[in-house]
Amino acid sequence: MKTDELIRLLSEDAPVRLRLGRMLVLALCVGILFSGTLFLASVGLRHNLVSAVETLRVAFKIGVTLALAIVGFGLLTRIGRPGAVISSWIAALAGVLATVAIAVAAELLTVPQAAWGANLSGQHAAFCLFFIPVLSLAPLAAFLTALREGAPEDPGRAGAAAGLAASAIGAALYAWHCPDDSPLFVATWYTLAITLVTAVGYVAGRRLLRW
Amino acid sequence: MKQSVREQQWADWMRSAIDGDAQAYNRFLLAVTPRLRMMARRRCEQFGAPAGEAEDIVQEVLLAVHLKRGSWDPARPIGPWLSTIVRNKLIDSLRRRGRRISVPIEDVVETLEAPSDTDNFDRQDALTLLQRLKDPQRDIVRSISIEGAGVRETAVRLKMSEGAVRVALHRALKSLATLYRSET
Repeated sequence: MKTDELIRLLSEDAPVRLRLGRMLVLALCVGILFSGTLFLASVGLRHNLVSAVETLRVAFKIGVTLALAIVGFGLLTRIGRPGAVISSWIAALAGVLATVAIAVAAELLTVPQAAWGANLSGQHAAFCLFFIPVLSLAPLAAFLTALREGAPEDPGRAGAAAGLAASAIGAALYAWHCPDDSPLFVATWYTLAITLVTAVGYVAGRRLLRW
Repeated sequence: MKQSVREQQWADWMRSAIDGDAQAYNRFLLAVTPRLRMMARRRCEQFGAPAGEAEDIVQEVLLAVHLKRGSWDPARPIGPWLSTIVRNKLIDSLRRRGRRISVPIEDVVETLEAPSDTDNFDRQDALTLLQRLKDPQRDIVRSISIEGAGVRETAVRLKMSEGAVRVALHRALKSLATLYRSET
């Protein structure tokens, strides 16, 4: 085929059916719907939610995971676009991490040293480590599918961003159930779960997002 | 951000194309191709690849631009998007052809044009690629590209609906891009 002939061919296929931005928003909705339903149908909200949410630690846990989910998705809307600048979202991500660090410092200052160990290991660390990734599965699959319409410069990094956004959604849901409220717990086990899913996203991205 | 007149023109064409304007898209592709050709030739020269490969690379880059155009945000300038896609595809294509390389980002909008004298060497490869498409994709591709028929004409000729021809054409272009990646 000559290049002119190829151009004729491409011209006849002009309209774009799947725009990356719309695909990602759709993936977000599907992921939240699926994992939200799973969450409510399985463990559900914590029983003492109304009184608990007024405590600073619970508000922090819910707020910081939500912030991470928002930043993760913001990063995702850029990472599949060649030439797009992501530095502002990376800065926002650093801001969320700094907030976690401040919360940990505050916890260490206000809680007696004898209670640190118990606060860190919490009551349900293993379940947290299991359930956040489970809640991440649907958003991760949806995000990776959407990103296949994109053209990420580094497929692994794009997959990792999908993993981060997906697990942050998982964490933001789980936070409404989780009875362990110490920032020490959140900074340890939530971070571990999120890192795990982000690593899975990285590996999946390297395989699925090449173009 | 400052944009050149040319870049704005390209962006306008691409916006119309995304909404389905085949003529605008044709203008965009015809404007971009001579610049891609210049870049591909320069890289082939630099890395000691035969000049004949440049035209294959141009076609590969065009297919990538085509299949990934949904990743351009129409609210942003088209230059950086295009330059990044082209650079990544150039690296990818040259690497598969067995060369260790680094390609700087070049401004596609500002690159000079190369004359088109490509009749001799680009036919062979692509014909074999065409053979490997399945029916009805192959017939559709041949009808539109080589015989110059439109979608409607092709649909009548092959007794298919226009919608079915459009879907098959899009799949064929995806297959062509995959074939390019596995061939070289």
